[in-house]
Amino acid sequence: MVSRLGFLGVIARVFVWVFLLGLAVVVLYPLLWMVLNGFKTNAQLFGDPFALPVDWSFENYQKAWNRGVSNYLTTSVLVTVTSTIATVFVSAWAAYGLTRVDIPFNKLITGTILGGLMLAPTVALVPLVKMFQAMGLYNSFWALLILYTAFRVPFTTFLIRAYMLDLPREVDEAAEVDGCGRWTAFWQIILPMCKPIITSTVLLHILFAWNEYLFAMVFTSGSGVQTLPVGLTSLMSKHGTEFPVVFAGMVIAAVPVVLLFFFGQRYIVKGLADGIGK
Amino acid sequence: MRTISKRALGLAWVMPALVLVGVFVYFPLVENLGFSTLKWDIYSGSQEYVGLENYRDLIDDPVFWSSFGNNVLYAVVSIAFQVFGALVLAALVESIRSERWQRRLRAIYFIPSAISMTVAGLLFYFIYEPNLGPLNHVLQAVGLGRFDHSWLGQETTAMPAIIAMSQWQGFGYSTLLFAVAVQRIPSEIYHAAALDGTGPIRRFLHVTVPLVREMTGLMMMVTISGAFQVFNEVMVMTSGGPDNSSQVLGTWLYRSGFVRNNFGYAAAIATVLFVITLGIAMAQLWVTRRRRVEW
Repeated sequence: MVSRLGFLGVIARVFVWVFLLGLAVVVLYPLLWMVLNGFKTNAQLFGDPFALPVDWSFENYQKAWNRGVSNYLTTSVLVTVTSTIATVFVSAWAAYGLTRVDIPFNKLITGTILGGLMLAPTVALVPLVKMFQAMGLYNSFWALLILYTAFRVPFTTFLIRAYMLDLPREVDEAAEVDGCGRWTAFWQIILPMCKPIITSTVLLHILFAWNEYLFAMVFTSGSGVQTLPVGLTSLMSKHGTEFPVVFAGMVIAAVPVVLLFFFGQRYIVKGLADGIGK
Repeated sequence: MRTISKRALGLAWVMPALVLVGVFVYFPLVENLGFSTLKWDIYSGSQEYVGLENYRDLIDDPVFWSSFGNNVLYAVVSIAFQVFGALVLAALVESIRSERWQRRLRAIYFIPSAISMTVAGLLFYFIYEPNLGPLNHVLQAVGLGRFDHSWLGQETTAMPAIIAMSQWQGFGYSTLLFAVAVQRIPSEIYHAAALDGTGPIRRFLHVTVPLVREMTGLMMMVTISGAFQVFNEVMVMTSGGPDNSSQVLGTWLYRSGFVRNNFGYAAAIATVLFVITLGIAMAQLWVTRRRRVEW
């Protein structure tokens, strides 16, 4: 009896492993195919899509780079860095004000800021276009910086606020005894204590800003400030017959965030889990 | 008097966030309601009040309804794979003994969620490509050549092909979150169940599933809400074609406004989207609040 159960157990375990590893292959193979295609010529790609590249030259990468990817990358880096800084600071200030400063209408303000989590960007699209045209910021880097910040403040504030709520009260009292003003207390005591959640929010915002498409497409498509996601689609429509060049561009767009995920995995997972699980 | 002004001074901390959210998130929503009652040509600048005409047009528009249907299909398939499938998968990953392999597998499954939907969409555009795409090659190789297909080029398969890609892209994300929830279950409960002679399947059904119930509920709301906001993958892979067969509400809104220059109509679609996503968010709030009271 015991051995029979054991036998079934072994069979079950083998099935589980085959399934899990099979799924890993389903995930990894398309990605590998993408990377390999960046090293092929068009003829090789059409000849046998499964073959390995013949010579591993970076020619396609160079072509992609010169046909706009360098500009897309620069814009993406710029938008990502600036909107991350803006979002995290604005959110950390708000979270501090809501949790550790006695302010009027606290509940109402908390509800208003966090309520933004429920609103979809698509819904605001038409009025936003009109608004940014009126401000003269349509088709500009500023449009993306402002929108990425405004639409991510609710989520980021939500995460930092939850963390700050758990910091002990005595911290503020100690700061007051030391004669710190609020401003000093925030920068020198509270913010350093929030380092883990700040790291999480920074990484999550980078993932968001690097990959965002809706705003990027609507607000920058006709101009020289396209980010990578939009730039890749125009690379595709302009040089769509040279598939390997497009693949190379895709790899350039994907590598930074994949690396970021592997190095910051712990913080990303924690941020996501806290954000959704609380 | 002094204390009041001092309290008010504290508002400076929340002001930047409040202004940003107020001006760029809330205000456009209100404005959108007004726009949806206009016949509005953005290039000539002509605006004319037409009352509820845009909404009446919406009801008579077959593409609006097929788009809505595609969003619903998206939601149903995503719940099956990215909620229930991911829950089973998370439990399977947790059931293997090597913690290192648990971490490895979860990380591998997550990679598609880290790369952008644009890259994933373009990648699958090539995979589905009838001539060089690996999918048709594989089908031929295993003797299923008769299913050889222009996957994105035909009305019947375009939407299913996009939805399939998005499952590939998104299942690792929810698996990761379920894994966190499963890990939070105290291991004593499992040991007790194992001592009682409960098999792994019953342990999953009677211990894991009830104890991650809260996460399951949240993931369902997030998934449904996400399914109604789909935009990126459809734009990249088919732009809603062929013949509007893979149009979703988001892309139909974009096309109505920005391509067909009918911004009032686009605003009306936006209002519908607003009602749907707000309804889902309200349901989520209501459910979590009721649970808190229960416990």
